[in-house]
Amino acid sequence: MLRFARWKVASVLAMSLVSIFLIVPSLLPADLRSAMQKALPKWVPTQAIVLGLDLQGGAHLLLEVDSSDVLRSQVNNLRDDVRRILREENARLSGGIGIQGRTVQFRVPEQADRNRALPKLRALSNPTGSALGVVSAPPYEINEQPDGLVQIVVTDAGVNERVRRAVDQTIEVLRRRVDALGTTEPNIQRQGADRVLVQVPGLQDTNRLKEILGTTAKLEFRMVADPGASPADVDQLDQTDQPGKIGVEKRVMVEGEDLTDAQPSFDQRTGEPVVNFRFNIRGGQRFGEATSANVGRPFAIVLDNKVISAPRILSPITGGSGQISGRFTVEQANNLSILLRAGALPAKLSIVEERTVGPGLGQDSIEAGKRAAYVAGILVFCYMLITYGVFGIFADLALAIHIVMIFAGLVLLQATLTLPGIAGIVLTIGMAVDSNVLIYERIREEARAGRSVVTALDAGFNRAFATIIDSQSTMFVAAVILYFLGSGPVRGFAVSLGLGILTTVVTAVTMTRMMIALWYRFGRPQKLPI
Amino acid sequence: MRTFRLAPDNMTFGFMRLRRVSYPFSALMSIISVLMFLAWGLNFGIDFAGGTLLEVRAKSGTADLTQLRGLGDRFALGEVEVQAFGGNADATVRIRLQPGGDAAQQAAVERVREAITSDYEFRRIEVVGPRVSGELVQSGTLGVVLSIVSVLIYLWFRYEWQLAVAAVIATMHDLLLTVGFFAVTRLEFNITSIAAILTIVGLSLNETVVVLDRIREMMKKYKKLPIPQMIDLSINAVLSRTIMTSTTTLLALIALVLFGGHVIQSFSLAMMFGVIVATYSSIFICSPILIYLGVRDAADKG
Repeated sequence: MLRFARWKVASVLAMSLVSIFLIVPSLLPADLRSAMQKALPKWVPTQAIVLGLDLQGGAHLLLEVDSSDVLRSQVNNLRDDVRRILREENARLSGGIGIQGRTVQFRVPEQADRNRALPKLRALSNPTGSALGVVSAPPYEINEQPDGLVQIVVTDAGVNERVRRAVDQTIEVLRRRVDALGTTEPNIQRQGADRVLVQVPGLQDTNRLKEILGTTAKLEFRMVADPGASPADVDQLDQTDQPGKIGVEKRVMVEGEDLTDAQPSFDQRTGEPVVNFRFNIRGGQRFGEATSANVGRPFAIVLDNKVISAPRILSPITGGSGQISGRFTVEQANNLSILLRAGALPAKLSIVEERTVGPGLGQDSIEAGKRAAYVAGILVFCYMLITYGVFGIFADLALAIHIVMIFAGLVLLQATLTLPGIAGIVLTIGMAVDSNVLIYERIREEARAGRSVVTALDAGFNRAFATIIDSQSTMFVAAVILYFLGSGPVRGFAVSLGLGILTTVVTAVTMTRMMIALWYRFGRPQKLPI
Repeated sequence: MRTFRLAPDNMTFGFMRLRRVSYPFSALMSIISVLMFLAWGLNFGIDFAGGTLLEVRAKSGTADLTQLRGLGDRFALGEVEVQAFGGNADATVRIRLQPGGDAAQQAAVERVREAITSDYEFRRIEVVGPRVSGELVQSGTLGVVLSIVSVLIYLWFRYEWQLAVAAVIATMHDLLLTVGFFAVTRLEFNITSIAAILTIVGLSLNETVVVLDRIREMMKKYKKLPIPQMIDLSINAVLSRTIMTSTTTLLALIALVLFGGHVIQSFSLAMMFGVIVATYSSIFICSPILIYLGVRDAADKG
């Protein structure tokens, strides 16, 4: 009981000191902390506790890539590829190329035509990435009927692969868009097969964020259809600046992906907010050719299947740059240029979960959590003191270190502190003394049974230890399950609860034991104070 | 120095006699819990039911609750639950899950936001779509089931079957009553409630383990003593510890209920209830079972 190996004492002391050291940066104001980060060598811990969005305020959006949209564009692409190959091979079709669900089907009556075209069609099905040694299932399955009917079906593997790529692409585009908003440390990550989690701390206007994230931003330049054009070649599209539909040719002159830059600006004549853009070389050329051929006719600027404006081509636009006007507000012009710069999303996105906390409520929650922690701390502190006297002080000291260690653990793991996390810490304030109580009660019992002070102390610590491990491990299991099932705030609760349980074993068992040993060595008391 | 304590030393209270009161009482409470759960169900929050929760603060004066309630009819959103809290300037507005998938939820929020944005500050917006809420139900259920299974495994390794059965019954008792507590009080049941339930399972087991460990120890020490006396002796021995720990935990939880803010109040209240029930069951439910199960055989063999 009274003897402790030097290394044991040293390591407990070191752990406490390191813990105190770790939480110091979190207590400093942010500007001082960043100054420290610059001034001090890298190994000095200067990280602060990471606060969850529920405490610092911010937006949490879970977005889902529309898989059916991905599949639809995949099937359309497949049909275009089929048409190109059949044309290249001069294969004669009977009827058109039909689409049904995830199947592209067509009829090539001549055996000779089929023999030429099919190997090329099969080549479409070579999985991408096979060159790298990655063997994946083929994206398409080709069925050939004796009567010349060919069906190409997109396989599950094909869809999944395409969705995976769409999500990757979406993450890239979203990152560019969020960065353009000038926010600090956004977190954008894949979640599951078809979802993207976007977390932006400290954001005030989540509405703008939602608008910017949720817009596909597929920009197309198309000609407004002549009144006499065949209806098969014309789309009737909505207009953003006036009611009614407008007929627009299906053929796309230039697409948004050929833009290299877009900036908000003001029209020189009207003073109206506009977006100035610049094409890359290919886009500039195509746009130049198209406008040269159609001087005098109106063309449509189409964003996500809505016509923003339909200006008349006054003269060929060959400089590779242009202007989009559409009765924008300044903010709309800003948003549009961000969207055009960042590029279009590969598929529609929908918001499946949103949790936004304003900075005011976050601050209130921190205050409330602090207040609860102080009150809980003081209550438990006093209660231990009046129940166990001097031993209560030891337990209280251990409790203080215990709380410091929880925070240090959070800093070390860079785990997020959430409001339920604070609740978890407050709860462990109440439960941490459990180990001390178990030990002290045992000591009292042994003393009452007539043992000497030293034997009572010894027996108390030894006998209570097994029970402490038992009872704490049950709580630990609960914390682990919570960690793996929960997300966000609840996970924060699990982390602080789990950390609290781990550190309580160090503080309540080892640390108080050392303190009591020290107390005994100096005082040599004949009676226990409890 | 004289120290203060709630449970006197050398107590020899006959807890086992009280099982004639505690068993019918717990049976009644359990039946009420089940009936209330079946009749009223739980008051699912948006985590599990889907829908929208807005927390708003009037920019000046007090929140106009009638106006906020009227939003439901105005935009055909169905019933809109409005609750004032804290000062009169704060209110929560809950909009039910709208038919029409994820986009419909966002559209509803957008309309409400536009209508009241000039008068109110939005302190919190939570929108949970139909699919996400379904997934949360799944993972919540999985969590509770997993925790029960891991409790069973733990007890199976840890104890003779009589003690394990007693512990399982006590834990289930606490779980059942906690669910009943949610059903009766209509406290909102959401993800943090699942966290509360899992923590209560842990706490309940914690209390039970402390009592059972002592009973097992006593069993080997006093082989001649009749079982009820032996159990009484064990409980009296750990009583001061049990009361002490429950009190400190309750003190911390009272601080959370009073000062922790409205966001986690339902969590804190449920935890408080759980601590009380767990303490009660470890003494009055778990231990008397051993009398019926003939625990002595286990001690003799073990």
